[in-house]
Amino acid sequence: MGENLKVVRDATCTFCGCVCDDMHLTVDLDQKRIMKAENACILGKAWFREHGIEERPLALIGGRTATTEEAVEAAAQILAQARFPLIYGLSDTTCEAQRVAVAIADMIGGTVDTTTSVCHGPSGIAFEGVGESTASLGEIKNRADLVVFWGGNPAEAHPRLFSRYAVTPKGMFIPNGRKDRTVVLVDVRRTPSTPAADIFIQVKPRSDFEVLWALRALVKGRKVDPSIERRTGVSLAVLEDLVARMKSCRFGVFLFGMGLTMNRGRHFNSGALLALATDLNEFTHWVAKPVRGHGNVTGADNVVSWQTGFPFGVNFSRGYPRFNPGEFTSVDLLTRREADAALIIASDPADNFPKAAIEHLRRIPVITLDPKATPTTQLAQVAFTTATYGINVSGTVYRMDDVPITLRPAFESPYPSDEQVLTAIRDRVRALLGGNRLPAGAPVAAAS
Amino acid sequence: MGSPLRIVNGRVYDPANGVNGAVQDVCVRDGKIVADVPPDAKRIDAAGMVVMPGGIDIHCHIAGPKVNLARKVQPETHQDDVQLRTRLTRSGTGGTVPSTFATGYRYATLGYTTAMEAAVTPLGARHTLEEFHDTPVLDKGFFVLVGNNLLLYRLLQEGRREELRHALAWWLKVTKAYAPKLVNPGGDEMWKGQRNANITSLDDKIGSFDLTPRRVIAAFIEAGNELGLPHPVHIHCNNLGHSGNVETTLETMRLAEGRRAHIAHIQFHSYGAAAGKSQSNPTSRARDIIEYINTHPNISADVGAVMFGPATIMTGDAPLAYMLRRFGGNKWVNADTENESGCGIVPFRYQDRVYTNALQWAIGLELLLLSEDPWRMVFSTDHPNGGSFMSYPRLIRLLMDRGYRKEQMAHVNQKALDRSALRDCQEREYSLSEIAIITRAGPARLLGLTDKGHLGVGADADVTIYEEDEDKEKMFSAPRYVIKDGELIIEDHELRADHQGRLLHVAPDYDPQIEQVIEPFFEDFYTIRFANYPVDDRYVPNGQIIPTTPSVAAAPATAGTRT
Amino acid sequence: MAEIMTLIGGRSSKQGTTLCASKLGAAYAEISSTLEMNVEDMARLGLSNNSKVRLRTPAGEAILRCKGRETKDLPPGILFMTYGPLSSQLMAGDTAGSGMPISKNLDVEVEPVRDENGP
Repeated sequence: MGENLKVVRDATCTFCGCVCDDMHLTVDLDQKRIMKAENACILGKAWFREHGIEERPLALIGGRTATTEEAVEAAAQILAQARFPLIYGLSDTTCEAQRVAVAIADMIGGTVDTTTSVCHGPSGIAFEGVGESTASLGEIKNRADLVVFWGGNPAEAHPRLFSRYAVTPKGMFIPNGRKDRTVVLVDVRRTPSTPAADIFIQVKPRSDFEVLWALRALVKGRKVDPSIERRTGVSLAVLEDLVARMKSCRFGVFLFGMGLTMNRGRHFNSGALLALATDLNEFTHWVAKPVRGHGNVTGADNVVSWQTGFPFGVNFSRGYPRFNPGEFTSVDLLTRREADAALIIASDPADNFPKAAIEHLRRIPVITLDPKATPTTQLAQVAFTTATYGINVSGTVYRMDDVPITLRPAFESPYPSDEQVLTAIRDRVRALLGGNRLPAGAPVAAAS
Repeated sequence: MGSPLRIVNGRVYDPANGVNGAVQDVCVRDGKIVADVPPDAKRIDAAGMVVMPGGIDIHCHIAGPKVNLARKVQPETHQDDVQLRTRLTRSGTGGTVPSTFATGYRYATLGYTTAMEAAVTPLGARHTLEEFHDTPVLDKGFFVLVGNNLLLYRLLQEGRREELRHALAWWLKVTKAYAPKLVNPGGDEMWKGQRNANITSLDDKIGSFDLTPRRVIAAFIEAGNELGLPHPVHIHCNNLGHSGNVETTLETMRLAEGRRAHIAHIQFHSYGAAAGKSQSNPTSRARDIIEYINTHPNISADVGAVMFGPATIMTGDAPLAYMLRRFGGNKWVNADTENESGCGIVPFRYQDRVYTNALQWAIGLELLLLSEDPWRMVFSTDHPNGGSFMSYPRLIRLLMDRGYRKEQMAHVNQKALDRSALRDCQEREYSLSEIAIITRAGPARLLGLTDKGHLGVGADADVTIYEEDEDKEKMFSAPRYVIKDGELIIEDHELRADHQGRLLHVAPDYDPQIEQVIEPFFEDFYTIRFANYPVDDRYVPNGQIIPTTPSVAAAPATAGTRT
Repeated sequence: MAEIMTLIGGRSSKQGTTLCASKLGAAYAEISSTLEMNVEDMARLGLSNNSKVRLRTPAGEAILRCKGRETKDLPPGILFMTYGPLSSQLMAGDTAGSGMPISKNLDVEVEPVRDENGP
């Protein structure tokens, strides 16, 4: 450990959607490393420990070392020449950078999509259909006496959801913490999260919708046939017990994960759960909260929504925002081989998209912004190394409950921020195009 | 800031300076109205046109967490109402909750240059400022929700009135807010903590607190007045939308006891109850409300008129939105914010054949037509709750054109008109000067914005120029020119430049000791660290602090720092 | 002889900590090529911990190493693996108009791989 130590109090961890802002970091300024992250969970500790400064070139063009300026020029040329470019990712960067990324998509008439489309995108679609009763995490901490986790494994993906927000903490009307709450966990398999629950309900794979719909029926006083058990693996008695608890609690919450969205039924599953939460408000206070993944994926939803009116999968080729999941979402644009260039910011589709989509990424010019080398940066034509948000860069990040938090960086990076690179690309593309690109057939007046 | 500019030959309506349609020059330089500009300055020939200060919306919902939820939940309203990008300006989408860029440009194309977002949770302040960053042209500010704040409740419950005032000042300052806002005081605690209950009278007990809405409202009016805020406490009364709520509204106004208070969207609070079997049906009590306001100069209100067609209910009054969900169809959003507020959103449509909707429409007009002091009963639709801001030109025509109004009255539910006094005020027509008061000069005065709402030397050069037209809806739909901070934003009815407006906020002093009271509460009951809560200056790249004139010192007499 | 089983993709804390270091390193590769399987299923298929199995879907195939889980933790017929380059090989690009490819509860053919170089 070097001599030159600094302590940053109340820093924010951006690994997962919990966005905990109570990190006390001990930073070695000589080595540019975080030595200790007090209050961090196991994921947060790894996040802070592993984001030192690596010896990487500022940028690569076609695999060869380049300056940031050269790479900006190369990226701008790709984007200005593309006819159906895709801008994707954005969940692990600041809102300030996201804002510029959407501006580029608008300027060139491309598509902007975020990791939401392969995360809680279906919950976003469900939200558009039925709405949502929801709450900030502090309301759950202060009031929730019945907490139902559905289709998720927070112990491994969002550890402090349990300890900081929803299970063990004491709150204003939950003076005894864990003792004052009943915790239910619904999943297809036992996970390290299961022991945290008072009641574990194991459903058969692909039957979440049926279970949720049966619960809705029971809440509304309808009859459900005992054969539900054969279909779903859950007995009618268990469902009736859960319904009785849900109707009699004072403040109930569903915290649901990708067990619902990445599964058969997708948005129908999320919609059934959101509708169930709404139904329960006839009896008592109920809220539901999709448990969001990457640090600022919720910020991406917010930025894209306020700039365009839609949360993800937005295309600008006609000169205004259009939203159509399945048409303007990344997996589809790539699998159908429609995108002819891609700007990928702070995400790694080459590691988790379907095979056919990854294959198309190998065919088209790809630009990446990432602090680290990844399978996606490896296939990129232009790869920028950027500073890590929350560690080297300040800015705004939205917690999974839409609460915005300002980042307190720990030490400086020799690399530019995503916002700086994107701003340079935007300005260069604007110069190349002479302003925003107008779609063919745009009204003459609009062109003036 | 634009080059110097001289507007000539226009009929000028500047009621704050007693100018009522006189043809005179208006000169602009460096973003301000000036007495003169060099002879070679650019000229705008406004012959046949009307020159007014830029419009000011005193109460609307255009940015922040609830607005973004309302955008997201209504994709169907965006698809057929789009904002095309131009070489210079960004694209967007409309509906009753437009995207940020569309909001700014569309307000500008109606001649509006300032707007106040009327309900922001303190935790959502940062989000609101981020959206403001992307809302072009307009100067903006927001009212911060404090009327369901549990720490402030605790202080009040313990009779710590001085600390309540300091804490209120702290909250205003650290969130960069413009004014304190009360929404259905006590209602959110009943909603979140008492199985979706609500407040029904000023004397209800607020959940587990030893408090009533009466005490809460009186205390905030007092604290707001002591802080000398440019705009007083902005109150959304209890019982919004309920038949018979007029008594609650009158009683709330009486609580001010001569001190300044602003009642928001008062149309929604002016209902009587029908006698007999149909007592759940509202009736109009606009006369009682207007009589009180006419005789109490300490009270001001914005009307919150209703216009037929699509709307979005979005409010910090969560139980109200839940009630309206029954009429709004299949979507409902509820969003609770820890220790601070509730929120409800319901897509909605006002229909002229529906008794209640027609009555609401009539009461909005009645209030404006019966009002004797246009400076204190100003224009709003509580956008988008009573209808979109895009319907303002039609509402202006309803006020200015009695023939048109009569024609429209023939189309609406006649039983509703029977229960209103609208037929009794058929004669009145608003003059252009009165329109300039209720949409510009009045809001500016109520907000304490001394540089806005008029065209005197030194005022902000926010100017709108309309072509005169018999059809007032057409006239106010598309000004020929709009000047913002001296820059020509709209010329020949079209956007010609982009512009970043200012953030208007207050920064009242408080005793720093109050942080010792607030911080422990954060440790226990918030999920964000106290140190991370205040909004820093990076979020207001273009901020303007409007001064306060406190009537009491910020530091208490007992403070040890005093010598 | 291939059997049809149900594959669940997901995250684990080890995957989460490893990806912070590098997605190109050996540790991440190992985690994302591990398949959790019910011990009874493994016994029936003649598999032991670390045995190789081939998973096949209409989209593609991948070879992973097994790790046994008790029935109370992972029911028979259910498989679990973390997302990564190998799970991508098995996912179809069709999103049914939602934007979301199916990555949980995939029907997969499971087949032991005879490893010529030994386990």
